Amino acid sequence: MSAVAVHSLWTMAADPIEKIDAPKIEYGQLSPTLIVIGAAIIGVLVEAFVPRKSRYYAQVFLSVVALAAAFAAVIGLAAGGYGTTKAKIAAMGAIAVDGPALFLQGTILLAGLLAVFTFAERRLDPVAHGNRVDSFAAQAASVPGSDSEKAAVKAGFTTTEAYPLLLFAVGGMLIFPSANDLLTLFIALEVFSLPLYLLCAVARRKRIMSQEAAVKYFLLGAFASAFTLFGIALLYGYAGSVSYATIAQVVDGSIENVNPALADTMGNDALLLIGAAMVVMGLLFKVGAVPFHMWTPDVYQGAPTPVTGFMAAATKVAAFGALLRLLYVVLPGLRWDWRPVMWAVAIVTMLGGAIVAITQTDIKRLLAYSSIAHAGFILAGVIATTADGVSSVLFYLAAYSFVTIGAFAVVTLVRDAGGEATHLSKWAGLGRRSPLVAAVFAVFLLAFAGIPLTSGFAGKFAVFKAAAEGGAGALVVVGVISSAIAAFFYIRVIVLMFFSEPKPEGPTVAVPSPLTMTAIGVGVAVTLVLGVAPQYFLELAGQAGVFVR
Amino acid sequence: MENLIALLVAAPLLGAAVLLCGGRRLDAVGHWIGTVLAAVSFVIGVVLFADMLGKGAEEREMAQHLFSWVPVESFQADIAFQLDQLSMTFVLLITGVGSLIHVYSIGYMEHDERRRRFFGYLNLFLAAMLLLVLADNYLLLYVGWEGVGLASYLLIGFWQHKPSAATAAKKAFLVNRVGDMGLSIAIMLMFAWFGTFAFGPVLEATGETSEGKLTAIGLMLLLAACGKSAQVPLQSWLGDAMEGPTPVSALIHAATMVTAGVYLIVRSADIFNAAPDAQLVVTVVGAVTLLFGAIVGCAKDDIKKALAGSTMSQIGYMILAAGLGPIGYVFAIMHLVTHGFFKAGLFLGAGSVMHGMNDEVDMRRYGGLRKYMPITFVTFGLGYLAIIGFPGLSGFFSKDKIIEAAFAKGGTEGWILGSVALLGAAITAYYMTRVMLMTFFGEERWRHAPTPSPAEPSAEPAAETRGEYEVPHPHESPKSMTIPMIVLAFGSVFAGGFFSIGDRFMHWLEPVTGHDHGHAPVSAMTVTLATMVVLVIGAGIAYVQYGRRPVPALAPRGSLLTRAARRDLLQDDFNHVVLVRGGEHLTRSLVYVDHSLVDGVVNGTAASMGGLSGRLRKLQNGYARSYAVSMFGGAAVLIAVTLLMRAV
Repeated sequence: MSAVAVHSLWTMAADPIEKIDAPKIEYGQLSPTLIVIGAAIIGVLVEAFVPRKSRYYAQVFLSVVALAAAFAAVIGLAAGGYGTTKAKIAAMGAIAVDGPALFLQGTILLAGLLAVFTFAERRLDPVAHGNRVDSFAAQAASVPGSDSEKAAVKAGFTTTEAYPLLLFAVGGMLIFPSANDLLTLFIALEVFSLPLYLLCAVARRKRIMSQEAAVKYFLLGAFASAFTLFGIALLYGYAGSVSYATIAQVVDGSIENVNPALADTMGNDALLLIGAAMVVMGLLFKVGAVPFHMWTPDVYQGAPTPVTGFMAAATKVAAFGALLRLLYVVLPGLRWDWRPVMWAVAIVTMLGGAIVAITQTDIKRLLAYSSIAHAGFILAGVIATTADGVSSVLFYLAAYSFVTIGAFAVVTLVRDAGGEATHLSKWAGLGRRSPLVAAVFAVFLLAFAGIPLTSGFAGKFAVFKAAAEGGAGALVVVGVISSAIAAFFYIRVIVLMFFSEPKPEGPTVAVPSPLTMTAIGVGVAVTLVLGVAPQYFLELAGQAGVFVR
Repeated sequence: MENLIALLVAAPLLGAAVLLCGGRRLDAVGHWIGTVLAAVSFVIGVVLFADMLGKGAEEREMAQHLFSWVPVESFQADIAFQLDQLSMTFVLLITGVGSLIHVYSIGYMEHDERRRRFFGYLNLFLAAMLLLVLADNYLLLYVGWEGVGLASYLLIGFWQHKPSAATAAKKAFLVNRVGDMGLSIAIMLMFAWFGTFAFGPVLEATGETSEGKLTAIGLMLLLAACGKSAQVPLQSWLGDAMEGPTPVSALIHAATMVTAGVYLIVRSADIFNAAPDAQLVVTVVGAVTLLFGAIVGCAKDDIKKALAGSTMSQIGYMILAAGLGPIGYVFAIMHLVTHGFFKAGLFLGAGSVMHGMNDEVDMRRYGGLRKYMPITFVTFGLGYLAIIGFPGLSGFFSKDKIIEAAFAKGGTEGWILGSVALLGAAITAYYMTRVMLMTFFGEERWRHAPTPSPAEPSAEPAAETRGEYEVPHPHESPKSMTIPMIVLAFGSVFAGGFFSIGDRFMHWLEPVTGHDHGHAPVSAMTVTLATMVVLVIGAGIAYVQYGRRPVPALAPRGSLLTRAARRDLLQDDFNHVVLVRGGEHLTRSLVYVDHSLVDGVVNGTAASMGGLSGRLRKLQNGYARSYAVSMFGGAAVLIAVTLLMRAV
């Protein structure tokens, strides 16, 4: 058989098939994600090809440039009207480019940028064998306490892979709130979760605890992902599509072109309800809502503190973004089914987080429970199901992420011989020894507590107002009670810092490099600006509060 | 012309700012700055007065709108002035007497190292008082009202190193707060019911408002007046206020500030005219106070406190007249002006006596001073004759008119009020004669050291006191002090006649306050004769007691009434038992409730939260398997409830 004949066979066989249009990809509108993912891949190449000595600088530079460029791209898109009038669904229906997506992507990128600064801090730990070291293990693969670990420490290694991992995580988080079909949602979930599992495991000190945290996070995260995936399958079974728009049409019955298979399943509400509940559960796991919160304290405590700060801030932003889109775009027709359940979740989350935090003795666990309580407050805004609900949640997330990164950055400064001194008793009298650090931490605590003139107050006020106007008055009452309970343990730390006698062998406060100082300084500045003059940002969030469908 | 109104206030305000912020470098000239600016304000007042006289009676009212402080919807807080005949009268009195007292203070405060500050406070007082009488709405009036209260507080406590002065200042401030609450409530009621607090609209609105509302506002205004004008039951601070320097007593606590209550009531005439019940309460308060003050004045040996009792009593006359409605408004203000002259003169005279007597205030340590201080004696004497209502002098005209008006009220009320006023006149003659005789006549008791009183055996041993006793050298005061006294004496003598002959004052003020002759049950001549008779009786008794017999250098024990009057008719004891003790009991019970109930609930909640927290915390056991179970259970419940909600 001649080559021509073979060729004609191929073409002959191909002919009956309809022509496939090449997918049209809007690179410009996807540029933030593409920049970050691209930089992450370059970061992997850096690990492979750049000499070990230079990797730290190359990675930090690459990460900062990539995140800053992506942020600039987000600003450019927003300025170009893609958040409002030109909002549309891109990448063949897989990604939405609209107000909430851009607002959250901007927040995530800034949080990521500050996180890179805290990742890159190398002045806090004492110099080991002539090398400055950061928070990450010398060689993550070595067994803690083994000879190979000692050799790695001696050689001055460090886990510079943390930076590409961070970039991958940020990339996944950028997609997560803008995902417009269930498969993209799931992929994004895994893309940002897997790097986080790894990052949790690479602490330089207390490595066993760090690894335990990572394993727990991974196991439970995989468990939650399984639920999500099963839920996605059920929803696909129900609607015959993974696209948000199609599912929404099937849910509210406005779908046209009902084929026989769909006609069979679309009446089956059990599929829909169970599927929706399972997908929502997966997202609730990521935001750390009770009763899917159990991983939070252990992981927050065990992970390297810069990673904890990043995770606490950015994961929450991304996961709430995805939850908002799911509930507002896919399931608005199901509102009367999911609202009561979410009410219950919000109430137990607010109360549970606040109450259990009272008896915590470790500052990182305390902040973990505090983040659980905050997840409850944000859920109250989500339940509002109004445009104000969306914008208040956006504002709250932005405010909260800066406070969180700043607070965890302060935690890295207070140290004793064993590394960070996270036990609360060690913080007694810190205000006498290091008034500035204690004052900055007090600002963050007051913001967490929602005291006026801090961003915490403006955010809490916005979500509670939206919730009250959205018919969730009882939720607001519970929210205020929880806030009062929560205020107790925040204020207790302030009292401990300023009104207790310092312990004689208390911790020292390390003087950080300008990197951490920048992260903390930006955190304080944003906290105060959003607290004193929140109007502009509330309006910004208000403009960004409309989902494209 | 109306642009000058703001300058009236601005001049002394500038003085206060310069003197209080200027610091030590102004010490040498501070008193001159203060005096000149007070005089500037007086000159502006005279210019405005001359302009006003040139206009017809109905066109005399002027207004100046400076700016709107907080314009919020219907809440219009304007900084705006109104100058009518009533305000004009006050402006002249305040700036005129004020300027004289500034001059007097130059001499009186000469040796005080904080003289600059003193003049700063005096200027502050003038500015606030002018603001009070020039405001065209109740809110701005309230600003002035609080301003004079502040100045009064600062000046009573001017010698703050004396605990008694500090306490007296605090007392004045606290008692005044009660009255101030009345004014603020009145203003709030006005805004709630009329939607405004400008004089014009409020007073116009009285026509369509129910009497009950007007009575409520009227009583609140009366409460305010009681506080500021030291009327029963808020009178207790005035006697102690004499701890302040004497010029302060003359200006603030005799001539001007304490009459602010009278101004308030006369200014709010339309409210009171339409609320007879409130008016009746006003007359009762006035009548009670005029007796109360007079009785207290009879028993005091401290010359300033005797005069303070007299002030209280004379303001009682004014309040009484103001409560009579259109029959009395004009006479209330007329008596206010003449009283401003003679009482300021009397206080300045008392200050002059103290100045020459090593700051001794006990009249039992005076005696026979007329030889040593002739000018003080003559001016004080003319003030004395004026206040007791000696025919032809100021007090004769103004007080007599009030007594007539009280009778003209008509009915039983008129008889009672008229009799009280008449009785007050008798007591006035008595205590003033007593002051006069004890100070300027009789034996020179100051030549000998005080001996212990038989009534107070616990007093210090005599020998010790005698050893330290320094015989004073009474002398006439410097010109800066005597000239104001002479000027005020002229006012004391001639003002009343000038006002009354041809009813000048009545015609001047009538367009603002209105006037009504009432129905006098007895002729004016009868009342005048009766007044003369009681005057002679009162003065005669005093002469018998203090002119014919030697005055003991130490107070005898006295009758029950005397002892009560010395203690200000037990006002402080009453306040202590009823208010202080009551307040303490209330506080204690509240503290008890707070500790047992509120704290119990709070601590109980905290403890139960802590317990709950400890228990919930155990769920977090560190095992991934139990976390997974929790998640699984949560998911199961989530799904079950979602399905269940649909089923329901």
